[in-house]
Amino acid sequence: MMGTMTTNVQTPATAAQKTTILPPALVLIAGWLIPGAGHFLLKKWIRGGLLFVSIVTMFGIGLALKGKVYGPNTAELLDMLNFAGDLGTGLLYVLARAFDLGQGAVQIAIADYGTKFIVVAGLLNIIAAVDAHSLATGRKAS
Amino acid sequence: MTISHFGAVLLFSLFTSIVFGITQRSEPKMMIRFGAFCFALFVGGTIVASWLMWMIKH
Repeated sequence: MMGTMTTNVQTPATAAQKTTILPPALVLIAGWLIPGAGHFLLKKWIRGGLLFVSIVTMFGIGLALKGKVYGPNTAELLDMLNFAGDLGTGLLYVLARAFDLGQGAVQIAIADYGTKFIVVAGLLNIIAAVDAHSLATGRKAS
Repeated sequence: MTISHFGAVLLFSLFTSIVFGITQRSEPKMMIRFGAFCFALFVGGTIVASWLMWMIKH
């Protein structure tokens, strides 16, 4: 019994294949700041391009639909969650705030869709950045 | 910019499915399959939910 247990001790998973010499944290941060940039650093051009187009277009549609870009100074819990989602878009969020986009002052039904597009673009960007990080560490095979 | 409700569903589903496909699968062929699967679920699920809400109201 003990012998079986000792032979079943798991060894740390070996990295499948490290695709880059770049620090994984750099890939993660680049992917967060610019959608798809993490994949570009790993020379995954098509994936990076598709991610960039998808996330930037979603963010752009959100702004075009007069969606709201949330700021940090709010006491509402849901607003804070929306702010966290918006932050996921990285530099897009900074640009939107810098140019006063996404004020969300106009109350129209479709604007709520825009707000959701912006938040989801941020969440998808976080997923994409983490995926690039996993590729850099070798946790994801390819 | 104005957009129909169904147009919003299609755009949302398309871009979300692309990201899901790329990030949740390793092989390009499986990425396309999973992306198409997600797209069908998003759009189909929305249509089903819409009919359910219509039936609840009527």
